[in-house]
Amino acid sequence: MEEKHLSILDLLSLDLKEQNSLDLRCIGGRKGLARNITIPDLNRPGLALSGFFESFAWQRIQIFGRGENAYLKKIEEEVPNESLERFFAYPIPACIFTHNLAPGKEFFRLAEASGCPILQTDLASSEFTSRILRVLSDIFAPRTTIHGVLVEVYGIGILMTGDSGVGKSETALELVERGHRLVADDVVEIRCVNGSILMGQGANKVIGHHMEIRGLGIINVTHLFGVGAIRDKKQIQLVCALEEWDPNKVYDRIGTEEKTTGILGVAVPRLEIPVKPGRNVPIIVETAAMNERLKKMGYHSAKEFNQNILRWLESENARAVYWNRDDYL
Amino acid sequence: MTERTVTIKNRAGIHARPAALIVQTSSKFGSKIWLEKNGDRINAKSIMGIITLGASFGTPIRIIAEGPDEEEATIAIERLFESRFEEE
Repeated sequence: MEEKHLSILDLLSLDLKEQNSLDLRCIGGRKGLARNITIPDLNRPGLALSGFFESFAWQRIQIFGRGENAYLKKIEEEVPNESLERFFAYPIPACIFTHNLAPGKEFFRLAEASGCPILQTDLASSEFTSRILRVLSDIFAPRTTIHGVLVEVYGIGILMTGDSGVGKSETALELVERGHRLVADDVVEIRCVNGSILMGQGANKVIGHHMEIRGLGIINVTHLFGVGAIRDKKQIQLVCALEEWDPNKVYDRIGTEEKTTGILGVAVPRLEIPVKPGRNVPIIVETAAMNERLKKMGYHSAKEFNQNILRWLESENARAVYWNRDDYL
Repeated sequence: MTERTVTIKNRAGIHARPAALIVQTSSKFGSKIWLEKNGDRINAKSIMGIITLGASFGTPIRIIAEGPDEEEATIAIERLFESRFEEE
């Protein structure tokens, strides 16, 4: 895996909306826009500005809030400014000023000279910090691509996997036709967010929501079924492994045992669904989704069924002792 | 496992028709076949996967095959790349 990096220019041109928007603009040090962010973390440079550079986290984005800015105003009158010069000697990825604040001339001059970009946002420091951390952890999250189809069925994100030609796309098409949503066909890019949530999406926005159906060729799901039939991304909550019916394999007949599959270190419930002519796979997947929702609500069909049998057998036994004594004696 | 690295020689890169050619060729073999670009590995039997790679002119692509007929499979796919997908 290649090392992740994100240039400041990439950060500025990210397409973020509403509660994720960073409202960033560059106000100085433009030639430094090519600098890369390598660590998804931030630093408040208060200590460094006051001249204490031990353990200074220069690899991180530096956030200047009201406090730092007020301190800058105070120390900027001193020329030459030793701590500022030392500060800019490090290849800092970027300095970001919140609350629409801006530094003084000397700060701009030193930033330009060292090629450190200065960005500004009108958000408050705390809000900006939580947003940018969310954005960065999203970008730096471990990721992988899986050959499969991701659909949303009754609100459950289902990843269907299986060999080529087993009927993943056809199943997805039928599900879309039945009012469910397609997230990605064939190549699903999966990111592990917050260490426990698997987010799946199409690998490429340009050619997303297209499907290849044997005999038809490539179809555009958005145009054929409308925007209601698609979704950009969805958490993966269930894996349905479609496979050719193997008469020698033992398939789960009861469903009390739960299999899981590991994706990026996260365990996801896994069902193995055998495919053969005459088996209506979309309906099975639909039922699996509803069953999964029931389980999330605390009701486990197979376990409940078994509990009932156990209770019934027990009561029959108890009754047998008193009522059918002759059989026992 | 057999591996081979090829470069894309046709100007247009891998668009729909070359992708279809690759899929048709690799589907003839029983082995599992993958194409890899910059560490992204996709199944060579899936059209959308190959197109998603976004392989343009000059991109190096690694062909990886594993199975009973892996040698023949890699050679057949390599030949497709060499023949510029019968374009130009």
